[in-house]
Amino acid sequence: MFMGYSLGEIGSIFAMQAFAGLILFSVFVLMALGLAIIFGQMGVINMAHGEFMILGAYMTFLTSHLFQTYAPQAFAGYFFVAMLVAFVASGAIGLAVEWLLIKRLYKRPLDTLLATWGLSLIMQQAFRSIFGAREVGVQLPDWMMGSLQVTDTIEVQINGLFVMTLTLMITAVVALLLFRSRWGLQVRAVVANRVMADAAGIDTRRIDRLTFGLGCGIAGIAGSAFTMIGSTSPTAGQAYIVDTFLVVVFGGAQSLLGTIASAFTISQSQSTLEFFLTGSMAKVTTLLIVIGLLMLRPQGLFVLKVRK
Amino acid sequence: MSLEKRPNGLESPLRRKLLLGTAAASVASLLPPRAWADAFPTAQVNTTGLAVTDIDVTVGILHSVTGTMAISETGSVEAEKLAIDQINASGGVLGRKIKFIQEDGASDWPTFAEKAKKLLVNDKCASVMGCWTSASRKAVLPVFEQYNGMLYYPTFYEGLEQSKNVIYTGQEATQQIIAGLNWVEKEKGAKTFYLLGSDYIWPRTSNKIARKHIENVLKLKVVGEEYFPLGHTQFNSVINKMKLTKPDVIYAIIVGGSNVAFYKQLKAAGIDLSKQTLMTISVTEDEIDGIGGENIAGAFACMKYFESLDNSNNKAFVSAFHKMWGDKTVIGDVTQAAYLGPWLWKLTVEKAGSFDIDKIAAASPGVEFKGAPEGYVRIHENHHLWSKTRVGRARTDGQYDVIYETADLMEPDPFPKGYQ
Repeated sequence: MFMGYSLGEIGSIFAMQAFAGLILFSVFVLMALGLAIIFGQMGVINMAHGEFMILGAYMTFLTSHLFQTYAPQAFAGYFFVAMLVAFVASGAIGLAVEWLLIKRLYKRPLDTLLATWGLSLIMQQAFRSIFGAREVGVQLPDWMMGSLQVTDTIEVQINGLFVMTLTLMITAVVALLLFRSRWGLQVRAVVANRVMADAAGIDTRRIDRLTFGLGCGIAGIAGSAFTMIGSTSPTAGQAYIVDTFLVVVFGGAQSLLGTIASAFTISQSQSTLEFFLTGSMAKVTTLLIVIGLLMLRPQGLFVLKVRK
Repeated sequence: MSLEKRPNGLESPLRRKLLLGTAAASVASLLPPRAWADAFPTAQVNTTGLAVTDIDVTVGILHSVTGTMAISETGSVEAEKLAIDQINASGGVLGRKIKFIQEDGASDWPTFAEKAKKLLVNDKCASVMGCWTSASRKAVLPVFEQYNGMLYYPTFYEGLEQSKNVIYTGQEATQQIIAGLNWVEKEKGAKTFYLLGSDYIWPRTSNKIARKHIENVLKLKVVGEEYFPLGHTQFNSVINKMKLTKPDVIYAIIVGGSNVAFYKQLKAAGIDLSKQTLMTISVTEDEIDGIGGENIAGAFACMKYFESLDNSNNKAFVSAFHKMWGDKTVIGDVTQAAYLGPWLWKLTVEKAGSFDIDKIAAASPGVEFKGAPEGYVRIHENHHLWSKTRVGRARTDGQYDVIYETADLMEPDPFPKGYQ
């Protein structure tokens, strides 16, 4: 496929393709982070993760409208406010859901699967009733659209850079929280041995609630960021959930590093394959690779060694 | 005698009124409805036990109002209800008011089949307006054939189907594709094409037709053809490939939420649609609502109807639609096609002088609707519609400028020779 192109052209396509792979990597990390910390700490698979993301997207939509109506001069910066609103809204609802639903089902992991799936259906229908069945268009400030001209032939998407920076920051904050804060210490204790942590005086209930809220809040931020690249409709969350699970399961639960490594592997193989094969075949091949690797390492890429 | 004459007597004043763009009154309403209905005793116009009484007739509306497809099907439901309202205001069908029973297909194909059976067997609906995806139509088709119902199906689709029990009010693939490709070759001097699509039957069949037409008829070149899973949101790799192959035309048949991702990423990657020709057959005004006009402005769409179409039928239709469903709703190609369903059924029933499904099926070919918002349509022997094909160019406000329309009606050809 490279017949008849100059070396310079091929070089710049490869550079842009590498960048496309990095964007996909950031998107995957951002999607999976919230789910990963919840799954890692509590063993709860949150099937409504995609809906928490879409909640963030709808919050962004609302914020953009508020800014357009009441403060059009500040529209260029609305996105930062929107992400904050998305975090608070998704986080608050996450806390409420944990208190109402999840905490009653801790000893029954399969039931939480079913319960959160039901929750996802409820949330979808709620979005449909409140915002309408049709897609909504989230308008972005002009500076976020378009691309930077790096050289004559290499262009870099601004929204891609934005997602990458955001992912880097959120990952850093989560890592900092996990490894440098009191909450992080307690989370790690609970992950290592819940019963012992309880006995040592750690309020595991409170830790669980905070973790669930934080995970949902991060999902909200992710959803807010994805209004730049995807659609906002009641069922759009379904499009993300499969990839998200893939990343978390492949990375191995309970490990932040695993999530990042798995997001990197999957995104790079997918974006490279997409370039040489077609979109559908790339997906099929990626899934085959993941299945193959999971057969070799059923626990995922990174496993926390704990005594059970 | 009077039975045979009356529909003919009704036809021309009715048409004229419709041409004026109003369905508020037809000659039928000059007669008291009872009298009109009395001229067609129920025992004669309904010999197969459909839900027809002396005063009303029941039809079904079968679309998804929940689930993934609710995004697309909402517009169709709205258009069908509007048409039914207007028909009732103008005297109904053979003097009978239309009542409707709405069922939710819930974006689930077995549910569609089950609800179709309910509408036909329990409710005895005289006709059903419904379905959107080909998958849902395929699911209900055996039901309609087994229980002898009549379905008015609104979506543009891939063709390769024809049934006595279905009237296809949207375009089949060749009607939509061939005129657009001819136009882009002539007006844009296009030589190379990159075909894209979501990975299921409609985009694949459509691109197959497009490729045959490009290679065998126009003698031009396809430089790439690719499909993406439904709901795919990452298009950067294919955008890079298009930057490398530099096609004259990007031919995109991407559907649903993927559309939003595709056009946003195209714009972010610096592909300027005012310079790069992009033609789509899957983005109506409904989709632009989600994509955002600023992200798709400059793209060309090829279909039979645009909301901005300038004719008196359409102006009346658009204003009635907005009055009923709010100023913010937009009207896409399929919504207009859904609006045709109840009207075509009414005209067919009146031509046949009967509600019986067999008589309607036989009377359908040749039925013409001059009040159609798209201008004029006529039912072909193969139960599809003769209609014009148009090319529109997307504006930033989410509407299309109509820049070309075929001189003649395009003949529907659901089984195109040489394109399979």
